[in-house]
Amino acid sequence: MIGLGLLKAMKVTLKNALKAPFTIQYPDRKVGIIGAAKNEGKSTVGLMATQPVTAAKAALSMYSVPVNIPQNRRFRGNEFTWYEDRCTGCASCAKYCPLGIIEIVTSPGGFDVQEGESYAIDKFDIDIGRCMFCGLCVEACPYDALHMGSQFERSKYERDALVIPVDELRQALRQPSSWFRPQFEERDYDPFRDGPEDDHYKTGRHEMPDQETLDQRWVEDR
Amino acid sequence: MTTQVRTEPITVNLGPQHPSTHGVFRMRVTFDGEEIIDVEPIFGYLHRGSEKLAEERTYVQVVTLTDRMDYVGSMLNNQAYMLAVEKLAGVEPSPRGVWLRMIASELQRIASHLVAVGFLIQDLGAWGTPLIYTMREREKILDLFEMLCGARITNSYLRPGGVFMDAPEEFWPAMNAVLDELPPRIDDLDDLLTDNDIIFSRTKGVSVLTPEQMLDASITGPMLRAAGVDWDLRHRDPYDYYDQVTFERPLHTAGDNFARYWVRVQEMRESIKIVRQCEKLIEPGPVRPDHDDVPWLLRPPVGDAYAAIEHSKGELGFYLVSDGSISPYRCHVRAPSLINLTLLREMLVGELLADMFVSFGSVDINMGEVDR
Ligand code: SF4
Ligand code: SF4
Repeated sequence: MIGLGLLKAMKVTLKNALKAPFTIQYPDRKVGIIGAAKNEGKSTVGLMATQPVTAAKAALSMYSVPVNIPQNRRFRGNEFTWYEDRCTGCASCAKYCPLGIIEIVTSPGGFDVQEGESYAIDKFDIDIGRCMFCGLCVEACPYDALHMGSQFERSKYERDALVIPVDELRQALRQPSSWFRPQFEERDYDPFRDGPEDDHYKTGRHEMPDQETLDQRWVEDR
Repeated sequence: MTTQVRTEPITVNLGPQHPSTHGVFRMRVTFDGEEIIDVEPIFGYLHRGSEKLAEERTYVQVVTLTDRMDYVGSMLNNQAYMLAVEKLAGVEPSPRGVWLRMIASELQRIASHLVAVGFLIQDLGAWGTPLIYTMREREKILDLFEMLCGARITNSYLRPGGVFMDAPEEFWPAMNAVLDELPPRIDDLDDLLTDNDIIFSRTKGVSVLTPEQMLDASITGPMLRAAGVDWDLRHRDPYDYYDQVTFERPLHTAGDNFARYWVRVQEMRESIKIVRQCEKLIEPGPVRPDHDDVPWLLRPPVGDAYAAIEHSKGELGFYLVSDGSISPYRCHVRAPSLINLTLLREMLVGELLADMFVSFGSVDINMGEVDR
């Protein structure tokens, strides 16, 4: 019958109209006075008493709180996490990058008491303006020195500013994603829950040698 | 009293930058009044030379290029490419890896069909609502992909012989939740659209293609099945472990826009069934062969190989020629989107202006794949 289908369709629309919206407001969402009080860590009355301006703003829906979008720990973000202590300058990552956008310059002469001689990294530039976050560089790194990051808010106004130079990489927030790093999943590390990880021994697949082995090595290397 | 109004044909250039062309596609259309009398499709505005780029990359690096061919069906592209590489290099895939990639590609098929259906309805003029419904469902599947491989669209999840890493433990409950949620949503979609009189009158009998026409033009996929030809590579020439799962192949006989839409909606249900069976059959084990068997720098013996899968849009095939080095000597893609578009003139001539983009959308093309 003509029209019955339309009624059926209307029913679906009505059903969905009553549901809570699926949309996520990004980067922040407007909240009312109760939400504002929660964000400030006060009771509603307390907020009105101590911060009347904030309370008035919230009442006029001019107050917003940031939104945390749930992400998964394998998320391939763009702030690469790099542990200089682990990196040997082998340039496997540069070789495996399909676009060849990692530029590495090393010079001999780095020296580590425990590990012996190594290369010093002079340049480790990643041009993330051309990066496609495939993660192959991370997969290629034999020493677990390079990890995908977990952040994504890194837009810039100029293309040149998108190159991550080595100095920035050294100071970057080290919150590695667990993409291609099974050791993270074994010990249930979630960058979004557990925060940054600065101990490079914990992020690698290779155990930290115990003191005895280190002493031994120190003697043998002599 | 009627007077004869003299009309003359007018040629309109549509695209390449037109919101309804699903990308950058250009058509030179000649109208007589509202009726289309000639169509000339012009391809190539999104040509990125993926096939040529593949020639100077290693076999693993090419995965990232296949993601970007049909960007609403990345997992399926990965799968077709990996099958070709495995055939070429004689790699024996790991069973768990194969099950995982079957799960991933069936989920991707649902996501791809959701996009196709949503945009088809949007082309009909239903701005927003149905599209947002289908996108909402797709978003959940993309969340699953993010769990699996850290990316939502450009997955690069598959590797020669399997997948790059096992699914995390939180993936399975999440996947089951999505699979439980999907059938009622598809029922909703059915209620909203399939029985809808407006959709009926707009799509029934429009742009009919006969099976003979389509077989001559080697059109595959839901378009062919909408005309009643039972041709599905998952059934006809089972790759991976499709011979171990059972599923039905929804067929429609009309071959018009409505049939193409209908087949896609029904195929989503079958994909859900396949994923559920895969989940039962999957067993623990390694997800990819040892590095000794499949090294990073794969050097397949001299020769060539062709492998095809049933993509959500039709038969997607990769033809690879190896000269024994670390990168393919030649890579050719049999792109279903491009071949399915070849009958565009036959579909459109004689139809009305308002139905033009509906018919175009019912082919379910993706410009990234058409031009590559
Ligand atoms: S993520 Fe991919 S494109 Fe980006 S630097 Fe690593 S290998 Fe290159
Ligand atoms: S990050 Fe890893 S692959 Fe790259 S140079 Fe350092 S050790 Fe080698």
